[in-house]
Amino acid sequence: MAEIELKDVRKVYGGNIEAIKGVSLTIADGEMIVLVGPSGCGKSTLLRMIAGLEGISSGDIAIGGRVINTLEPAERDIAMVFQNYALYPHMTVRQNLSYGLKNRNTPKDEIDRRVLEAATALEIEPFLDRKPRQLSGGQRQRVAMGRAIVRKPAAFLFDEPLSNLDAKLRVQMRVEIRRLQRSLATTSVYVTHDQMEAMTLADRLVVLNGGRIEQVGTPIELYERPASTFVATFIGSPSMNLLKRKAVEGSGWVLATSSGVAAGVDTVGIRPEDIVIAEDNSPADFSGQVQVDAVELVGAESYVHASLADGSPIVLRVPGRTRLGIGETIRIAAAQANIHMFDETGKRLP
Amino acid sequence: MQNVVFPNKILPYFLVAPQIVLTVIFFFWPASQALYQSAMREDPFGLRSAFVGLSNFQAIFTDPNYLHALQVTLVFSVATAAVAMGTALFLATAADLVVRGRGFYRTFLIIPYAVAPAVAGMLWLFMFNPAMGTFAYLLRRNGILWDPLLDGNQAMTLVVAAAAWKQISYNFLFFVAGLQAIPKSLLEAAAIDGARGARRFWTIVFPLLAPTTFFLLVVNTVYAFFDTFGIIHAVTGGGPAKATETLVYKVYNDGFVNLNLGSSAAQSVVLMIIVIALTAFQFRFVEKKVHYG
Repeated sequence: MAEIELKDVRKVYGGNIEAIKGVSLTIADGEMIVLVGPSGCGKSTLLRMIAGLEGISSGDIAIGGRVINTLEPAERDIAMVFQNYALYPHMTVRQNLSYGLKNRNTPKDEIDRRVLEAATALEIEPFLDRKPRQLSGGQRQRVAMGRAIVRKPAAFLFDEPLSNLDAKLRVQMRVEIRRLQRSLATTSVYVTHDQMEAMTLADRLVVLNGGRIEQVGTPIELYERPASTFVATFIGSPSMNLLKRKAVEGSGWVLATSSGVAAGVDTVGIRPEDIVIAEDNSPADFSGQVQVDAVELVGAESYVHASLADGSPIVLRVPGRTRLGIGETIRIAAAQANIHMFDETGKRLP
Repeated sequence: MQNVVFPNKILPYFLVAPQIVLTVIFFFWPASQALYQSAMREDPFGLRSAFVGLSNFQAIFTDPNYLHALQVTLVFSVATAAVAMGTALFLATAADLVVRGRGFYRTFLIIPYAVAPAVAGMLWLFMFNPAMGTFAYLLRRNGILWDPLLDGNQAMTLVVAAAAWKQISYNFLFFVAGLQAIPKSLLEAAAIDGARGARRFWTIVFPLLAPTTFFLLVVNTVYAFFDTFGIIHAVTGGGPAKATETLVYKVYNDGFVNLNLGSSAAQSVVLMIIVIALTAFQFRFVEKKVHYG
């Protein structure tokens, strides 16, 4: 049980390449934080710095109030679940689970008790005497989790643990990880590039971009009030439509009625799910004509790809199937509350 | 494996012909001669020979000299394999830790492998020659009565050192490759699990190197058994008092020096059976048993 605190943490490679450019973050006790971002944004590096697998160039990392910058990974009281599971192939599941405890000279009966406890929680008891190669991907994933929980560490670190599983199993394991983390109430840092995983698992999300924190907040906060165009397009699928103000106005669109357009608006963002097809000419905060380019049916809903008069693409999400034909011109509308405005640097305007 | 079909019917035979010719001339023919001669006895002048069945084999297995050579071979092989592999493993793990100039160290550690056995033997002979060797001088000055020409154990130590030295490079290469093949995340997991230094090596790294170690064990045994003639010949000539006379060296000594061709041929047939058994063992076990999926 511990709080993790990062204070202006930096990572510099080869003297000049800055992978992490000053990250400060406080992770509350028992909280599940998800680090998310595109590949190369530094999320894995940051996690490995917490784990002690990468050095810290400057700044401090503290776990439970104890600065752990120079401590060995084993002394940090953390457990990590690796992307490729990293199970010891020459050991049985039981040996894999007990290895960390043995190295800490835990008494034998205590090891047996804890291994059984973890195995029961993860339903891997029947496999305890098997070798990892005799297990399926999902079972290996459980063993990797078991190896983490058996030690009862102060924090769990997950490095894209589900990316080697197939889609169905991934959803199942995601739910399980969440359930397990809740029941153990262990502080966790979870790295993923999958925004769906990020949204469903996180107490709070940390969006990283180019070694910097772009935004920290609950999934709903990030979804409803993205701090930048980067976060706006990263969270949500299909991603938010970003339209240049000039393109919108040049196409004869009506933009913002009641509050008036804030000064400095450069980009307007609207989520595909916030756009409706306006059958009549009823007034709306944001409305205009678009031409349908393509329709994608994805089951319960359809994505309509359309374009403004100047050619800017826009996607809208409509429930069920649609009878829209390609080339058809339709009128779409959205409420002011659902319109996000950004300045020319991509920052959100209030 | 992909099946390649040559449009030309004759060309493939030409392409494999050199290897076939070499194998027939330098292996099948001598081997068949050895088999033939192992069942013959020559007269003292080499003019006539008579068929004697298995009596040559009977003779060597009851000959105390042969059993002594067998014992020498076992001691020599085990010691050579152990020293060559142990040193190579130590160097490989050390080279794995080197960050700067890794390629340089690796390249230079491979050089001894390119040295011919006889030359390697001469090198060690000179270094430890009791009359003029630098190391012999150092040993004597430190109170060790060093004379491999008189002391059988010292002679054995010297040939083992020379033979192992030459094989270290080969083992080193395989161990380096084996170490590199260990996934980095496994070592990181071990680091988080609290295993460091020697403990991590013996519980994680060494077991994961098992396939490599097993392969090298067979290769080194074969090497010590059969490829060390040149070294023994150059360093001790099998002496003193047959203290370093291995099975291969005895084949040479009995056949080409003492001209007892029947006995020598029988001994080489025994060696042939040993090498076939070792190869079969390697194929059966190295390929299948000691692998992790």
